[in-house]
Amino acid sequence: MSHGEEFKVMDCALISISTGEQAQNLRELRDRLKTTHPGCIYYHFWANLLGPRFDDPEFQNDFAVWSWRYLHDKKLAEQLSLIDPAAYMDIEELRREIIEVIEQRLSESEIVPWARTGDQFYFKRSQIVIFDTGIRVREPKEFVDVIPRLSLGTIFYHFIDARRRTENGKNDFSTWLGAYAGEYDGLIRVLDDIDPYFTTLSDLRREIADVFDGSFLTNGG
Amino acid sequence: MTALLDQYAAIVGNDVIDHLRQLAAPLRGMKIVHVNSTREGGGVAEILNRLVPLQNELGMDASWEVISGDRRFYQCTKKMHNALQGNRDDISDNLLRHYEKINFLNSVDLKSKLEQADFVFIHDPQPALLLRNCPGRKGKWVWRCHIDVSHPYRPVWKYLRQHVELYDASIWSLSTFAQPLSHPLYLIPPSIDPLGEKNVDLSEDEVNGFLDRFGISKKTPIITQVSRFDRFKDPIGVIQAYRLVRKSVPVQLVLAGGGATDDPEGARVLKEVRSFAGRDPDIHLLELPPDAHRTINALQRGSDIIIQKSLREGFGLTVTEGLWKGKPVIAGDTGGIRLQVINHHTGFLVNSPEGAALRIRYLLKNRDILKTMGEKSRQFVLENFLITRHVREYLTLIVALIYGSAERIELNLPSPGATVS
Repeated sequence: MSHGEEFKVMDCALISISTGEQAQNLRELRDRLKTTHPGCIYYHFWANLLGPRFDDPEFQNDFAVWSWRYLHDKKLAEQLSLIDPAAYMDIEELRREIIEVIEQRLSESEIVPWARTGDQFYFKRSQIVIFDTGIRVREPKEFVDVIPRLSLGTIFYHFIDARRRTENGKNDFSTWLGAYAGEYDGLIRVLDDIDPYFTTLSDLRREIADVFDGSFLTNGG
Repeated sequence: MTALLDQYAAIVGNDVIDHLRQLAAPLRGMKIVHVNSTREGGGVAEILNRLVPLQNELGMDASWEVISGDRRFYQCTKKMHNALQGNRDDISDNLLRHYEKINFLNSVDLKSKLEQADFVFIHDPQPALLLRNCPGRKGKWVWRCHIDVSHPYRPVWKYLRQHVELYDASIWSLSTFAQPLSHPLYLIPPSIDPLGEKNVDLSEDEVNGFLDRFGISKKTPIITQVSRFDRFKDPIGVIQAYRLVRKSVPVQLVLAGGGATDDPEGARVLKEVRSFAGRDPDIHLLELPPDAHRTINALQRGSDIIIQKSLREGFGLTVTEGLWKGKPVIAGDTGGIRLQVINHHTGFLVNSPEGAALRIRYLLKNRDILKTMGEKSRQFVLENFLITRHVREYLTLIVALIYGSAERIELNLPSPGATVS
């Protein structure tokens, strides 16, 4: 049964921008984090999903990677890596949490960890261009065929970017299915339970596809 | 779909080309002009040779202009290039005035076209002063810097900065290169062209033909470093690594490069390398002309492992080329190499001849791992470092500049050619 409104499949392309800010040691990183553009926080946690990446990266966000690779501070890298940005509705809350973790580490360190020249942390943000793919989904079960064909940019837009863009902080699939007056509540719960972090976009696409498969192929719609 | 886009679609897939078309839809008919200082030779000309036809096929009205100069002009811009890369060499006021004059003279011819364009991309410092000679410009002007400006010689950068600061935006290859300016600093890494001579697929016969020509045997594993003879590329370190490997595994080393004939420092390094290599018949020192693209392509394809043991590196396109040929790359842990060589995935980052030797032995011993890494390497380049990605980022940047500094830009135009489910 249709609720009338089609699901408009969008795609996105991202362009990186250097803010020109950099940090050579942990104290500088903390100081820059206090004032840097909120888009930088978002970028260094999420946008790397759209960049060159391999399965199972050891550390998830750029701050953790830098701490591990260039400050050689494994403990800090582990602590930063555990910060789950999906758990923070507000980017400022996320910013406070990162600073808190770094402050804690600075207070217990005898020296301020530093990186060699050339290995500084460079702050980046992005602009994201969103465009219509022309693909429309009229019935939820159509997603079974559509999801595996979606680009990684589309997955990023509808599943990750949506959390920041929408008031309820949910992915677009769940929001759209929510208009079916409870008919797909079970499916929505499973979709909402997918952890969009600690994964790659292609794995995320597979996971979403499996959820739709499980709902419509196993239950026969 | 048009001819060139068809050819790329066969390599990267139709979805990637559809993506470009959708992004390009709002840019249809826009006048885009690229300006640089040479039609042939060098990385910038290679990129523009493809970028401009692709932008045209995507519906834009793109063109490419080349400025002309005399010996003194190029003497000045060569010094400027070296100074931006860190060479502490002052440029006399006289020479700078001449640089300004040549830019002015070029602007006389180009002015009307540039002032009418919707977007002007000025590549590198040579034509950078065209902007100040086009006061009636109506479009956006972007300065594209292809040079590693991470540690510029400050007096020269200070001179150039006052001119490039006037642009609406600039593009840099890596965040480490970007110098703070008052406009947005976009980041677009370089790319390779899978249809170019240096990267196009070659038959096994052709590859073997090149190996035969240089007396390189197919029966013994081949490790290859392609780069000009320069201390920062550490050719001596590569030979040391080869000798360490050679103690336990038979192997041949190919060191292929050019640029030694017109570069006194290069000639000195080549002489040192020759002397250090001695009369070892398994070290093949090849001095190649700058246009030996197909030869380099064949040498990379005929190798088991690619080395790029740089001590300092900009982006390292020879690494990208090696990965594209399905070879793991063992490379110096520096610069843009770090974006490309991912330990245990596409190769290994190393910090010494011993480190390089260890990884070479490991891969020669574990052929199945070498093969898997090679496959991953090619896929990695396919997804991240081909010219189609480069085009996508140019299109994204143009759209972004049209819509200002907004973080999120939603295009509401109907997309062409998309399939409706």
